[in-house]
Amino acid sequence: MTGLIGKKLGMTRVFDDKGNVTPVTVIELGPNQITNIRTVERDGYVATCLGFGQKRDKLVTMPQKGHFKKLGITAPKIQKEFRDMTVDGKKVGDSLSCDVFKVGEKVHVIGTSKGRGFAGVIKRHKFQRQTMTHGTHEFFRHGGSIGSNTFPGRTLPGLRMPGRMGAEQVTVHNLKIVRVDADANLIMIGGAVPGPNNGIVIVRK
Amino acid sequence: MNRIANWTMDDLRKDVPGFAPGDTLNVMVRVIEGDKERLQAFQGVCIARKGGGLDETFTVRKMSMGVGVERVFPLHSPRLAKIEVVRRGRVRRAKLNYLRGLTGKKSRIREKTRAVAVPSTDKPE
Repeated sequence: MTGLIGKKLGMTRVFDDKGNVTPVTVIELGPNQITNIRTVERDGYVATCLGFGQKRDKLVTMPQKGHFKKLGITAPKIQKEFRDMTVDGKKVGDSLSCDVFKVGEKVHVIGTSKGRGFAGVIKRHKFQRQTMTHGTHEFFRHGGSIGSNTFPGRTLPGLRMPGRMGAEQVTVHNLKIVRVDADANLIMIGGAVPGPNNGIVIVRK
Repeated sequence: MNRIANWTMDDLRKDVPGFAPGDTLNVMVRVIEGDKERLQAFQGVCIARKGGGLDETFTVRKMSMGVGVERVFPLHSPRLAKIEVVRRGRVRRAKLNYLRGLTGKKSRIREKTRAVAVPSTDKPE
């Protein structure tokens, strides 16, 4: 498994020579610095830790400062560990660019979806709106009954109700890479990816 | 947005004439039928331009056998063989949605008599 941390920049479109349109998301992907390499001998499992962006000096805690000074890199804004990811010929402190991904490859994108706040059942669980006529009043977007009376005498657990929606981790699978620009650290991925513009996303394959 | 615009700069068409809502356009559309390709003209009034950069679209409205027909074209689509400005019109708004309710004499647009600079959408070199 290979993955990189990036930032969603926004969406646009690309035309092929026939004029067919593909909607694409542009992601600033990398450069990611290798902040740690976990090995079976030392840690019991294989993983690579990557860092993306730069943290303001003021926000770096003293223990972190010492840690990154030892590694010889500046403190990254985001750090993630990628299980079972190996980097041949690279060592801690080296950086990875988005050219690990090739055009046409299928990737999975992990992001945090946009927060919807406290949402009703229609938005949150795709319930149907109730009829606007036939005597309905003040009950157009409600969820209806939440259970029966004496038996069981309680509302069953797991019933879909209004509540907090969004702002959770979402993975979109099998998106196609449309274009890669390793010099500018940008990639285009066909389709939409979770989260707002400038949100942090993980692209892995 | 700038980084996206920079990256897609080369995808923009360089042969887009400067035109604005109110202008009458003749759009030559490539139509692919089986393995043959031919050109189809769509002539009408541009009633809107929308979006920016590679995502820009424009709407052309014409009366076809008494029925209003509108088509939305992506400005930078390779499917458009040519965009021709037939006539420049003088209008006072950016979106001419009011034309939808008008027919005949009422839907006329005055011609621009003075040469007025229309912002070119050509790619700056």
